[in-house]
Amino acid sequence: MFNFFKKNKKEYPDYWNTYAETFKNPISQDVDATSFIVLDTETTGFDYVSDRILCIGALEIRQQTIEIHKAFEVYIQQDVYGKESAKIHGILKDGVIPKISELEALQLFLRYLGNKTIVAHHAFFDINMINKALARQGLPPLKNNYLDTSNLYKKTLLKSKFITKKEQYSLDELADKFSISKKDRHTALGDAYITAIIFLKIITKLKEKKEVTLSILFQ
Amino acid sequence: MKNTISQRVADFLKNYPPFNELKNIALEQLSEQVSIVYKEKGSVIFTEKEAGHAFFYIVHKGAISLHKKSTDAIIDMCDEGDIFGLRPLMANENYELEAKAHEESILYAIPITLFKPLALENKAVGNFLIESFASNTRNPYSKIHRGKLYSEATEPSKETPGIGLIDVQPVQFSKKIAICSPTTTVKKIAELMTKKKIGSIIIALDKLPVGIITDKDLRNKIVTGKFPITATADEIMTSPVITYPSSLTITQAQMAMMKSNISHLCLTEDGTPNTKVVGMLSKHDIMVSLGNNPAVLIKAIKRAKKIKHLKPIRHSVMGLLRAYLQGNIPMTLISKIISELNDACMKQVIKISLEKIKNPPPVKFAWLAIGSQGRSEQMLHTDQDNALIFEDVEEELLPKTTAYFLKLSQLITKGLNDIGYEYCPAEMMASNPKWCLSLSEWKKSTSHWIINPGIDEVLLSSIFFDYNVVYGENKLANELSEHIFYTVKKYPIFFLHLAKGALQNPSPTGFFRQFLVEQDGDHKDTFDVKSRALRPLTDAARVLILSHYIKGINNTAERFEKLAELEPNNKEIYLACSYASKALLKFRTKQGLSNNSSGRFIALNDLTKEEKIKLKRTFKTIKEIQELVMHRFQLKVM
Repeated sequence: MFNFFKKNKKEYPDYWNTYAETFKNPISQDVDATSFIVLDTETTGFDYVSDRILCIGALEIRQQTIEIHKAFEVYIQQDVYGKESAKIHGILKDGVIPKISELEALQLFLRYLGNKTIVAHHAFFDINMINKALARQGLPPLKNNYLDTSNLYKKTLLKSKFITKKEQYSLDELADKFSISKKDRHTALGDAYITAIIFLKIITKLKEKKEVTLSILFQ
Repeated sequence: MKNTISQRVADFLKNYPPFNELKNIALEQLSEQVSIVYKEKGSVIFTEKEAGHAFFYIVHKGAISLHKKSTDAIIDMCDEGDIFGLRPLMANENYELEAKAHEESILYAIPITLFKPLALENKAVGNFLIESFASNTRNPYSKIHRGKLYSEATEPSKETPGIGLIDVQPVQFSKKIAICSPTTTVKKIAELMTKKKIGSIIIALDKLPVGIITDKDLRNKIVTGKFPITATADEIMTSPVITYPSSLTITQAQMAMMKSNISHLCLTEDGTPNTKVVGMLSKHDIMVSLGNNPAVLIKAIKRAKKIKHLKPIRHSVMGLLRAYLQGNIPMTLISKIISELNDACMKQVIKISLEKIKNPPPVKFAWLAIGSQGRSEQMLHTDQDNALIFEDVEEELLPKTTAYFLKLSQLITKGLNDIGYEYCPAEMMASNPKWCLSLSEWKKSTSHWIINPGIDEVLLSSIFFDYNVVYGENKLANELSEHIFYTVKKYPIFFLHLAKGALQNPSPTGFFRQFLVEQDGDHKDTFDVKSRALRPLTDAARVLILSHYIKGINNTAERFEKLAELEPNNKEIYLACSYASKALLKFRTKQGLSNNSSGRFIALNDLTKEEKIKLKRTFKTIKEIQELVMHRFQLKVM
């Protein structure tokens, strides 16, 4: 009863504490040695309050390598359903794909993620969706650093007046620019894979200009 | 666990041997354990004598070169779907060759522990491996890697023995074996040969070859009237057929043709007429596989129906270029031939793109190569710079017409990217709406550059004004040129700015005549031959030739030659410039070839003393021509 008003860290569930614990470990600054988690979510829509995550897809890049069996892909059972978005991602409310609860998905994802740096296209959106889901469980937002491939791409462009830099670059646009097949577009893991390849190619482009460290990417 | 990516990997693998022999379940399980490896251009996957990895590799995107470190000669080039690094793992040996990313590549790494049992269990997989190890045809490599034209598998081998050219066969001749029965009429045979565009046909009985009919037989026996057109195959065929085994090397095939004075070889399973026909080999196939003849390459380019068929031909073009440079053939000739081949490739990409887009262009258009391509100075695969002009249309039709040409340009630029021309980082490409305009829009743009010559406008002019029509209506480009000259005459102050631009390149040497090198970045401590040496010459040539109102000459060396003719009193310096620009281009091309790069940045430590002296000699010429430009155009303003 007394503790009810004084919520402190110790009261968080174990899965969160284990996750938070990982941040005590240092993160390597070497872009080629450190691990990145490339993330994408499919959602019922774009509203942070009323929309829900239907699928989380993620994979790990380490030393420019993606191990397929380490990929993360979960489908989530939700009561909210967006007719419009279903046309895009094709996930049906009562489809045949095995689904798990949002809580379970978060537990699995936090364990998968740890303290690694997140990479996503328009990262703010995906991370915010996950944070909202965490908030529904009474948890604080993700603690990870993150990189947005849409912003990183802009760093590769020449500083020239002839190029009109856009405010945003869509995943499709970047896939075209880097000649990446758009197969499996609009599945969370498929998009995460496209994002991962874009990320690797951006790093190569940046390396041509100067040495790339993790902190340079965050600038 | 099966997921979206493992399915994608399985979908890819099942198209290629030996994975096509695996059952779906086995393939899916294997795919789940694959790692996807990204390799930037030039990075090493494994090196000679290195202990075997836990994986072997299949190329998903890009190209991997296998070579001996000692000689630097490329022994094999692996493209999409090719396996490498497997043989040493099967034999528990160290790697014999070094594998390097020839292009930016994506590889699938397949764990050997999972694959080995499959190879032992599945006979078809095992056979594929035994065969390819034994015949050295493709994927796995060995010490004596000799090109064989055929393996029992239908896939033609892609190597050439000895001559060090990277040859990847573009023509899939093995698919073109046409077979008829002895009772087929000659008329039917002629029709079939026309339809299949082939010059010879095998006559077989129960799949065993009994005779051959070539174009020559039809000419000598039918057209001359010796036999009626209703004759049957067995009446006019040449019999018996001279057969060879499919494991023939190129040299053996050439010898066989010379010996029997024939131009087609029939290949059978064991080389006798008593086994099944597996392939047909023509003189043309050999020429293409040798890849050392521009005429053959042009023919192969024109025959290419898909963009991906052009890519291997471009490899051969590079091989040809290498051979020419080694043979010390004059640069003027080399650049003519290579530009011609590059042009043909681009034309073919445009043709293929036009077919892809289906609806014909609403109005006439011209595809322009600009920058170094427009000057025929682009020998290596560098960036693509291009633009598109289309005929003027009524105002209300303009948006629709623009949209069509933009879509076409996107297809073309993507196609060019696929065959090795990187996208222009400054987006000077026809797929950019600013570089895909109607004739009047272009006139407006160029007038703007000429009338308001700021730094950017001068830079744009200097890139754009060297255009060259690659495809389409010359008339459109000519009209634009006339407009440009007309405008320039009205605003001669433009020359002053163009001349100023020509003098703004960084200097090649410092006060003590030492080379000036780059200060930072990936190219730290290298010499930028493009901006410090080539560009000053190119820029000077452009402004001088334009000030004489000469159009139609784009090549820098040729421009200087023309200038020498026009100004006899400066003949000496112009000819020196012409020589210097050829020498520098050769320098850059050689550098680029040996480093598989654009050749722009030269590591000075790699140069011999003689080369350094040669390079420095051109700097003197550069200084002289810059002084000439300075005096000439300053005087004009005063």
